[in-house]
Amino acid sequence: MPTFKSITIGQYIPGESLLHRLDPRTKILITGFLVVGLFFIDTFWGYGLAALYIGIAVLRSEIPAHYLLRGLRPVIAIILLTFVLNTFMTEGEVLWQWRFLTLTREGLSRGGMLAIRLILLIVGTSILTLTTSPIALTDGLENLLRPGKRVGIPAHELAMMMTIALRFIPTLLEETEKIMKAQMARGADFESGNLLQRAKSLLPLLVPLFVSAFRRADELAVAMEARCYRGGEGRTKLNELAFQLADYVVLVSSGVFILWLAWAL
Amino acid sequence: MSIEVRSLTHIYNDGTPFARVAINNIDLTIDDGEMVAIIGHTGSGKSTLVQHFNGLLRPTSGSVKIDGVEIGQKGVDLRTIRRKVGLVFQYPEHQLFEETVWEDVAFGPRNMGISDEEVRGRVERALRAVDADPSLAQRSPFELSGGEKRRVAIAGVLAMEPSVLVLDEPTAGLDPRGRQDLLGQIQRLQAERHLTVVFVSHNMTEVAQLADRLVVMHRGEIVMEGPPKQIFAEGEHLQTIGLGVPDMTALMQRLRAKGWDLPASALSVEEAEQAIMAILTEEARVGAGADV
Repeated sequence: MPTFKSITIGQYIPGESLLHRLDPRTKILITGFLVVGLFFIDTFWGYGLAALYIGIAVLRSEIPAHYLLRGLRPVIAIILLTFVLNTFMTEGEVLWQWRFLTLTREGLSRGGMLAIRLILLIVGTSILTLTTSPIALTDGLENLLRPGKRVGIPAHELAMMMTIALRFIPTLLEETEKIMKAQMARGADFESGNLLQRAKSLLPLLVPLFVSAFRRADELAVAMEARCYRGGEGRTKLNELAFQLADYVVLVSSGVFILWLAWAL
Repeated sequence: MSIEVRSLTHIYNDGTPFARVAINNIDLTIDDGEMVAIIGHTGSGKSTLVQHFNGLLRPTSGSVKIDGVEIGQKGVDLRTIRRKVGLVFQYPEHQLFEETVWEDVAFGPRNMGISDEEVRGRVERALRAVDADPSLAQRSPFELSGGEKRRVAIAGVLAMEPSVLVLDEPTAGLDPRGRQDLLGQIQRLQAERHLTVVFVSHNMTEVAQLADRLVVMHRGEIVMEGPPKQIFAEGEHLQTIGLGVPDMTALMQRLRAKGWDLPASALSVEEAEQAIMAILTEEARVGAGADV
């Protein structure tokens, strides 16, 4: 069942690199800038510099490149589709034509840019999740959202939901694998047949999976109530987040750089 | 049907920072018609080992042969292997999904592509084998009690009529009554259908009662292998790897430590009773003789 193992979202890889040690808020903010910034860049030069920036981050994170590539694998189809559609559907100076297919200079450049943008988006956000443990990530998010409480953003509740969701991704994947194996032991076939047959063959997997997810949710709710959980009211933290010098340096320099990229290129 | 495991090693997540050797260079032969129990501490590799028996896991190195056919070789259909080797997972009730018990048990045989007539026969035989009440057949599997669910789920594997039955902790989480019933059913099945049975267990009394042979695993390796009496006679070694001995064996060992001349290997209450009665009668006789 290698398909499940290839999903890197929420797959933290422990390490001691500079990126691992940065405050989660720093990393979340920069990733946020980056995601927005990437949409404003519209020259290949800009994308080159952004790629360079992300490349340096990847090197400093000391994460083996194949993890990042593995994260890209599930979306390759989407990237290709975007590229092809944009390349052939954009009007402009015709470079090449064959029946109804017309390749234009504008299309090629727009398709290429979109593809690069998607790849950079995914790699950029993967660095965040690969170097930050889910706990640190939600801790950082909660902290960043806290000012929003006054306007009614339930920061703690959102963070708690995220923690729980992230916490249960591996559990559910494991469960999926287990049920798949159990059904395969009974002769189930998840790999062959046409689309309809395949969809139907998922039933023996999905039904038990939902049943177990609901059971787990129920048990978790009871366990939380048994320990007097009542939301974020009056809750304190054992480890408060604190910015270090490195955080300020990285935050300011990256912020300025991305702003310049988005503005100028 | 025999199982032959040769220098089998399995490494999870091989080639990643999360790589973990689950089983390391195991050799094991299970003969036709044998009842073998695999015991070991949590994480000792028992479940990983048994998942190789029907090709759900592929060896990182080494080989597994079922009746002389090597799993994973070209031209070996895994589905044929899975028909011959029925694997019941831990908490098998978590795999139930159909609307009725009958349909759920029929899932396995249907996947084998046999006639409806034959499927019906198999489902009926399987439900009977686990002593499931015939009225259960048309109910939803989700409204059964825990013990009933377990039995129905096992019936789902039995309905494929495998010649090797592998059970991963079949009695975990059952009450004593359900445990005894299930063990009795397994024993009966083995005798009636001449099945080869391999089961994983944590319960020493249970394995002593059922198994012809024990395989003791520790940190991915087989550390002891032999008939229950022989294994449990080495109770101290078992304790060092986090396992115990059956209650009665423990009792006998404590009595021996106090100077009673008892056999070291009683497994059941009856055996222990006999040995103790024998020695008490002997004592009484000698005592009475001395008085005269």
